[in-house]
Amino acid sequence: MKNEWPLWEIFIRGQHGMSHRHVGSLHAPDAEMAIKNARDVYTRRNEGVSIWVVEANHIAASSPGDKGPLYEPSESKVYRHPTFFDIPEEVGAM
Amino acid sequence: MTRDEALAQFLLRMGDNTLILGHRVSEWCGHAPVLEEDIALANTALDLIGQTQMWLGLAGEVQGMGKSADDLAFLRDVWDFRNLLLVEVPNGDFGRTLMRQCLFDAWHSIQLGHLMTSSDERVAAIAAKASKEVAYHLERSADTVVGLGDGTEESHRRMQEALDYLWPYVGEMFQSDEVDAEMVKAGIAPDPASLRADFDALITRIMGEATLTIPDSAFGHKGGRTGKMHTEHLGHLLTQMQWLQRAYPGAKW
Repeated sequence: MKNEWPLWEIFIRGQHGMSHRHVGSLHAPDAEMAIKNARDVYTRRNEGVSIWVVEANHIAASSPGDKGPLYEPSESKVYRHPTFFDIPEEVGAM
Repeated sequence: MTRDEALAQFLLRMGDNTLILGHRVSEWCGHAPVLEEDIALANTALDLIGQTQMWLGLAGEVQGMGKSADDLAFLRDVWDFRNLLLVEVPNGDFGRTLMRQCLFDAWHSIQLGHLMTSSDERVAAIAAKASKEVAYHLERSADTVVGLGDGTEESHRRMQEALDYLWPYVGEMFQSDEVDAEMVKAGIAPDPASLRADFDALITRIMGEATLTIPDSAFGHKGGRTGKMHTEHLGHLLTQMQWLQRAYPGAKW
């Protein structure tokens, strides 16, 4: 029998309208306790309005070794950046 | 006994419960089985100490002798404390600590629910603030009792032992005396005995889910809330909790 609780990745929404952001991870026996633990570990200083928990082994991740084929091809494609337009002043921050 | 004398006693009972339990729970800080539980217990302890500041602050105000919440917490001796015996017993293992928390939280949440409609606005305001914290305490402690009770053979055994050990301390929560009679008459607080049915329903449901057996015994220790007789453990707790103010009277930082 495995005695370690599974690892959970914790995502907190700081305020309404914002996205959930990854804040860290913790151990818990099930999803409900993971939310409770996240509340105690990550929202002590009033950081959140919503909590998502995902068991870490359900997250599929890209491999760091693949960074060549995955990311380098876009380095030489400056035309993909929207930097060739003059943005009118009155639009403000984008 | 005047109305204010009774009210001061009632407030000491509320504040001493949260003070002593808060101190007991804080003893786990840095010692809990896992980081997550360590932080959760410390949060609970801090909530209880925060509630203590409100209850004892108001107690000092009602007494009218110029005493602050800190004076009442740190400069009284054992016989002046009015907490339930349940909250002063040593923590034991993690299971017993959570079982005690669950039994106290169940009573506490029901009590605060009634106090929110107290005729004394100050009492109602403290209860309203505390009840949100306590609703979470109960959710967490009840879940843990269920998880451990209905867990492995060892965790089940430990939780049953904890319930057997603590059950004789439950009855004191529902005892009434002349202080309570005065509070009922003034519409400030409910008769403790009247909370028993709700408590039994709640605890029966939680222990049922936890596959634990509630002891079939009506025997109850008493003497804490009246201050007549505390356990030997309270004095030891106070030597730790109060040593700084005892050794360096009036020290501030």
